[in-house]
Amino acid sequence: MLSQRQTKKPEEFGLILATDVGSTTTKARLFMKKGGEYRFVSSGEAPTTVEAPYEDVTRGVRNAVREVEELTGLHLLREEGIIWPRTDKGDGVDLYVTTSSAGGGLQMMVAGVVKSMTAESAERAALGAGAIVMDVISVDDGRSQHEKIERIRTLRPDMILIAGGTDGGTITHVVETAELVAAAEPRARLGIGYELPIVYAGNKDARTAISKTLGQKYALKIVDNIRPVLELENPEPARNAIHELFMEHVMSHAPGYDRLMKWTDVPIMPTPAGEGLMFRTLAELRKVNVIGVGLGGATTNVYSIYDGKFVRTVSANLGMSYSVCNVLKEATIGNIMRWIPFDVRPALIRNRLRNKMIRPTTIPQTIEELIVEHAVAREALRLGFTHHKLLARGLVGVQRVLDITRIFDQQARAQAQVETYLDMLRIDMLAGTGGLLSHAPRRAQSALLLMDGFQPEGLTKLAQDSVFMMPHLGVLSTVHPQAALEIFEKDCLVRLGTCIAPKGVMENGNALSFRIEYQQSAVEGGVPFGSIKAVPLDAQTTAKLVLSPAKNLDIGAGHGHRLETTAEGGVVGLIFDCRGRPIQIPEDQPSRREKLLEWFQAMNAYPEAVYEHIKSGEGKEAN
Amino acid sequence: MAYAYTPSLKAKRFTIVNKTRRLPLPGEVLVKQGDTVAHDQIVAKTQIPGEVRLMNVANMLGVEPEETSEYMQKKPNEFAEKGEAIAQRNSFFGLFKSYVRAPTSGTIELVSNVTGQVALREPNVAVEITAYIPGKVVQIIPREGVTIRTPAALVQGIFGVSGEAHAELKVVADSRDETLTAEKIDSSCKDRVLVGGALVTLEALTKAVQMGVRGIVVGGIEEEDLIKFLGHEIGVAITGHEDVGTTLIITEGFGKMRMSTGTFNLLKSFAGRKASINGATQIRAGVMRPEIIIALTDDEARGLNEEADEISGGMTPGTQIRVIRDPYFGAIGRVASLPVELETVQTESQVRVVEVELEDKRNVIVPRANVEIIEA
Repeated sequence: MLSQRQTKKPEEFGLILATDVGSTTTKARLFMKKGGEYRFVSSGEAPTTVEAPYEDVTRGVRNAVREVEELTGLHLLREEGIIWPRTDKGDGVDLYVTTSSAGGGLQMMVAGVVKSMTAESAERAALGAGAIVMDVISVDDGRSQHEKIERIRTLRPDMILIAGGTDGGTITHVVETAELVAAAEPRARLGIGYELPIVYAGNKDARTAISKTLGQKYALKIVDNIRPVLELENPEPARNAIHELFMEHVMSHAPGYDRLMKWTDVPIMPTPAGEGLMFRTLAELRKVNVIGVGLGGATTNVYSIYDGKFVRTVSANLGMSYSVCNVLKEATIGNIMRWIPFDVRPALIRNRLRNKMIRPTTIPQTIEELIVEHAVAREALRLGFTHHKLLARGLVGVQRVLDITRIFDQQARAQAQVETYLDMLRIDMLAGTGGLLSHAPRRAQSALLLMDGFQPEGLTKLAQDSVFMMPHLGVLSTVHPQAALEIFEKDCLVRLGTCIAPKGVMENGNALSFRIEYQQSAVEGGVPFGSIKAVPLDAQTTAKLVLSPAKNLDIGAGHGHRLETTAEGGVVGLIFDCRGRPIQIPEDQPSRREKLLEWFQAMNAYPEAVYEHIKSGEGKEAN
Repeated sequence: MAYAYTPSLKAKRFTIVNKTRRLPLPGEVLVKQGDTVAHDQIVAKTQIPGEVRLMNVANMLGVEPEETSEYMQKKPNEFAEKGEAIAQRNSFFGLFKSYVRAPTSGTIELVSNVTGQVALREPNVAVEITAYIPGKVVQIIPREGVTIRTPAALVQGIFGVSGEAHAELKVVADSRDETLTAEKIDSSCKDRVLVGGALVTLEALTKAVQMGVRGIVVGGIEEEDLIKFLGHEIGVAITGHEDVGTTLIITEGFGKMRMSTGTFNLLKSFAGRKASINGATQIRAGVMRPEIIIALTDDEARGLNEEADEISGGMTPGTQIRVIRDPYFGAIGRVASLPVELETVQTESQVRVVEVELEDKRNVIVPRANVEIIEA
């Protein structure tokens, strides 16, 4: 939808401003048409002001945009807000768009009939729409009705999605679910006077009964069934309804959003929805399987586009600022400590993380603090991906064709229904965004974090968002796709390189022999098991590779089989990661420390002086 | 980030505190505008819908769901006593009767002829809210609550656990560096809010609960001690509902953290005075910090100037600040300069920085995001 105030056609836009009102920081990005193509020009950031004492998001937006003004010398703001359309004097922008995840984002409760079927489809739809799913209620979730009612009463969601039943099937169970919700009388997070929106996307035959049960007290919206038949998942109508209600109900109640909504005619999009749109675009453009991650202050969003299937998950309380201690809680201190190469008491790390939790906008000043944050990030990514794999799986309830040898194998049949369909050997690209990844002082740090968090197998291109603008481009793509794509390719996507990681583990010895040919030159070598080797190769170069793994390892052609292929370079280059899959981290402290330092050094991840400092035992413990 | 600074926590000798006390659901406001209220006075009350029992009456009677209403003895909105028959089915010309009896007293809320379910709602539960602080009612929010105003001294903590309490302040530390140990807590601490120094130990917390201490205000706590005290780990900083026997407010952070001079001296000067305290903390979405409010009398307030409560415009050279992250965590100083250009810190990140002259006269460079302005 294009602005009603704007009379120019999209192709005539010269200046475009986009903001993302994040949970911690509001980020403004300015794009300009230069020599016939759109490019990223400048950015500004300021703390988000959704909370007291400000309670008005537009203050943070103004502050971030003011920084863009200072850096560019342009005049973009006036008392009433952002100047648009552009004036005759050249002040302002031609288009302003924004995404938002401030104030906790969109928090939803989801209900379905069968946990692994309609409830799971509803959960996927809500997540795909950019929501945080607070709980999934189903008839068979193992809780008593009393417990479910109690839970719904205490949840205080922004919105509820109810699904259940196939079209033409029995209506009893889904109406029962609606009766359960009605009996619980859920109250909205946004307080008295807020009419809680409920989306119904279940059996169409139950619509009358559902309207009767819920229509009086709630803002009920009925859309097409999410599982019209068992074999089909139809999430789009529910997703669209969620976006619509998000604007109408949720956004208009958050502090300052009434004003922000008047600053733009383009609907405000939840940040993860913008991010997800760009990951989808990336996969579709290149016709590849992509895993994307947005590591934020409050949440970790993981996206997969695999054989055309798009799944998004959000781990609501895994993040690097507000939720940093939930990563500590879920991952446990032992798993965080395994990524820290200096001697420090766990109690001290715990205190440091708690202090980050209570002062979430602070940033690391020392390398040690940075290494600790990176250790937490690895665990947040690992946990987020584990969560993602639970939902990136086939539709349960569908008849499957199994190999004849497996047809009588009960276990294989059961596994086929619960295992993720994501085969890491078939993931072509792994891409990251979010403050910590985009602002990592060295790109090699982001590459290593992605490798450690996701453990890609075979050949996987690594990429990251340059300065965090994927959500901005996502919302921009809804009104000006050409501009969004041009900026995405040229200024947003940083090619880090290709990770080449054999699957499997072995005893010591040579894990992989390689030959790299490019520009009339060739490099040959081997990588011992347990090691990383990075070979520089720039982003514009594609090299021919001949890869020979050890007999226990698989690089994509089978155990011990040679693979001839090509790989693209990047700012880090070709990364031969022979640490094993799963990565083998030594258990004893001195060996573990030595290995971590070796890996960091192989990637040139931190300044050289740090290694000597840590090795000399000066990795201090001070408070 | 030109405007990246963290607004500081308040430590004000005199300010005007407005507390809005809101019901969870619409109800009745019991006071009038202009009334003077005590901290424990009930200012509003409401009824929260009782628990709901869902029963599948059709299944229980062995009838079709669409026939459910026909068998009901009680209709929607009718009250049933516990044990009373709410549905009945006669068979064999009335020879056999089967009943569904109310599992609890309540009102029939739903009879569904689609599913056969019946919802029985237990009687409403009364909820009352107190004034929490003594003061004057300055605003009535019809059916929702009131705003109470009082002149007061106000101290905000950085993190707390457990909810509201009202008791006399007792300072148990001679200096702000001290550790509050169990030995310092005796029977004289009963029904008091204790003000400690830099750290409270787990043993002290446990003894405080045994002795009936109402609250503890202290600079820091070891994270592991807090977990042991609570009995569980906190994932996200949303607190206030813990039932641990006393309210804990930390003013600086985790670890041994000397209480800031301003906060310590302010609390010390009010020793023996009644304070309303609340440990509730919510860092995300509507930030809420724990607080200590000492209401002042009109006489005390007279002649005092309210300390500026507007949002600070930012730092300028000379502004007093506190560093809130390593390597200078807790250090107090003054802004020496505010370089315009981004500077590279040890992590190799390019950030906006502030040059700080610390209390020990050292000049250090700190990211602007890592300092907070001291407003007192």
